[in-house]
Amino acid sequence: MKQDLRSLVEEGLTPEEVLSRDAPIRRSIEIKGKITSEVIDEISRAKNEPDWMRRLRLRNLELFNKLPAPNWLPNWVLENINLEEYSTYAKPDINRASSWDDIPPEVRKYYESLNIPEIEARALMGLGAQLDSEMIYFNIRKQLEEKGVIVMPMEEAVQKYPDMVKQYFMKIFPPEHKFAALHGALWSGGVFVYVPPGVRIEAPIEAFFLISNAGEGQFEHTLLIADKNSYIHFIEGCSAPRFSKYSFHDGMVELYAHEGARIRFTTVQNWSKNVINFNNKRAIAERNAKVEWVEASIGSMASFVYPSTILKGEGAGTEITGITVANGRHIKENGAKVIHDAPNTYSKIVNKSISANGGTAVYKGVVYVRKGAKYVKSHVACDSLILDEKSKAYTIPHDQVFEDTAVVTHEAYTGRINEDKLFYLRSRGLSEEEAKSLIVLGFISDVTEGLPFEYAMVLNRVISLEFSKYGKVA
Amino acid sequence: MAELKVENLTVSVDGKIIVEDVSFNVKGGEVLALMGPNGSGKTTLFMTIAGHPKYTIVKGRIILDNDDLTTLLPEERVMKGIMVAFQTPIAVPEVRLSTLITAMVNKMNGKKLTDPAPPSLVSSLVKSVQEVGLTTAHLSRGVNHGFSGGEMKRSEVLQLLMVKPKIALIDEPDSGLDVDGIFAVGKALLNLVNSGTGIVLTTHSARILHTLKPTRVLVLSKGRIIAEGGLELVEEIEKVGYENFLRVRSK
Repeated sequence: MKQDLRSLVEEGLTPEEVLSRDAPIRRSIEIKGKITSEVIDEISRAKNEPDWMRRLRLRNLELFNKLPAPNWLPNWVLENINLEEYSTYAKPDINRASSWDDIPPEVRKYYESLNIPEIEARALMGLGAQLDSEMIYFNIRKQLEEKGVIVMPMEEAVQKYPDMVKQYFMKIFPPEHKFAALHGALWSGGVFVYVPPGVRIEAPIEAFFLISNAGEGQFEHTLLIADKNSYIHFIEGCSAPRFSKYSFHDGMVELYAHEGARIRFTTVQNWSKNVINFNNKRAIAERNAKVEWVEASIGSMASFVYPSTILKGEGAGTEITGITVANGRHIKENGAKVIHDAPNTYSKIVNKSISANGGTAVYKGVVYVRKGAKYVKSHVACDSLILDEKSKAYTIPHDQVFEDTAVVTHEAYTGRINEDKLFYLRSRGLSEEEAKSLIVLGFISDVTEGLPFEYAMVLNRVISLEFSKYGKVA
Repeated sequence: MAELKVENLTVSVDGKIIVEDVSFNVKGGEVLALMGPNGSGKTTLFMTIAGHPKYTIVKGRIILDNDDLTTLLPEERVMKGIMVAFQTPIAVPEVRLSTLITAMVNKMNGKKLTDPAPPSLVSSLVKSVQEVGLTTAHLSRGVNHGFSGGEMKRSEVLQLLMVKPKIALIDEPDSGLDVDGIFAVGKALLNLVNSGTGIVLTTHSARILHTLKPTRVLVLSKGRIIAEGGLELVEEIEKVGYENFLRVRSK
């Protein structure tokens, strides 16, 4: 017997528990099975898209079929990406709203349990919430509109600003590997942002992505364009309850920072432990622009995320900060890629990983300095904290420097928690669990202290929870 | 008044007996000096009372007031009121000293570990930092991370001052400290004793004992207590050395 969500909530279950039952959130459209040009046509039709976008999807499908599987993916991951079993498009039967009151209570409750409406009211200039394949909530403060800032669901931008979308969409991150092409064919949801010259948005805008069902693919596309001397901080949150089988995330983020602009892009990824996660992230920074990525990779079964910045204009800079938690038999790759394509560009990569309970954390990074890109400065620091004997951390930095004037430096630190360290903290009155969580939070504190207060809190809470579970498992 | 009683304690490490049939007691506000040559079992005794899992209690009991601590976890013993200051504390580079002290005090007060330090804690911390001869810059460094030997000792004593345990076990608080440091640490510990804490301390020099004036002195050799008395024992050891002292005693 299939019960609806409401009656389950009334039985006294938390929304998380409800959604964990492979929640029967009703879909108005669900597409499954082999990905063919007919499937692409159907998605395109459902979105009422212009023909150029439909053709872009089909070109990507063609590439997807042609390209081999990436050789940087472990086989067991590829074996579990059985695309014919996933829903490649799932439109929830909920009308998009700009007020939480208009979201059905059983769905709203889930977001409330994560404090999202509260954080929105207190700290954000705008929020979009995506459930499965579509944005179900979108609300932007009036003052943004008055300043000429454009923030809208990606589909809406395809309709309203086709020229701008055509200029950037999958141009910053072309379909250069199989799963980038798959994303191009199936993309759905995500956010489009344009910040006009000189406009500074002081409070962040957030997009929150939720996968509500097992065996599902999510392919959102986020495109941010910061015009000359503008500033924006965009935050991306990801969550999914625990399911009985794998789900698949293959999103894309493209950032374009024009001359003198600054973009901060922060991700707090807390997918459940059976989501396979790709996120294709790339930015281009023009003269004197700055792009800052923060990738906090807490959840998921397997993650492969390498935020990248192409420093195209003289004096451009980037900071790529990664926090990786590999807790349990998971593989988490959280890397960085910087292309120094102009003189006097600079980059700083800080990666902090914590592995526990048999987890494997990997940093893979590339710093490329083109010949003629004079006086480049780059610094990479990788710190790993390993909580037990079963867990591993790998640091694989790769430099390609073709310019003698470049200063490219590295540092690495590996910390372990051993009995003596734990005993020292226990002799201070802390339990083993508390001691571990203090070490973990301390280890990442120089990174979390740079985040907005609300998100540092959220991150600390999520990580503490992660390791209070760890204590019990151990 | 608090009282720690150690009864007939025998301790082994990796199957080898290190401490044998040791008994003593110490009350709140009292100072007990534990002397003995290197390797006589002083640190083992402290680690066992603190509950280090490496040390096995073969026989005996550890009692604080009406509680038997013998089988409690290390952190439970701290909550009951026993705290140790290490001879060579381990570095925890990930955790700032201020974070650790705040967490300790929060835990004692039944609050969440990561709650911000209340203003009263901050002001008493600043005062105590000066008292032991550290600076507030030490507070924002990782615990014992890159600290000199003397700075570690001062940091250990600072933590005792902030927690004010019923009984403190202090392992060589004076080694590695300069003369001014020994005086400052001795004075700080004397204040702690005057506020009601009982102290058991080990040392190899009489200097800190001039400040702390222990009421009793125990001498440990090969894991056993071989002499018990007053400050005159310290004077004798200072004069003739352990070798002669022990030879005379064993006759």
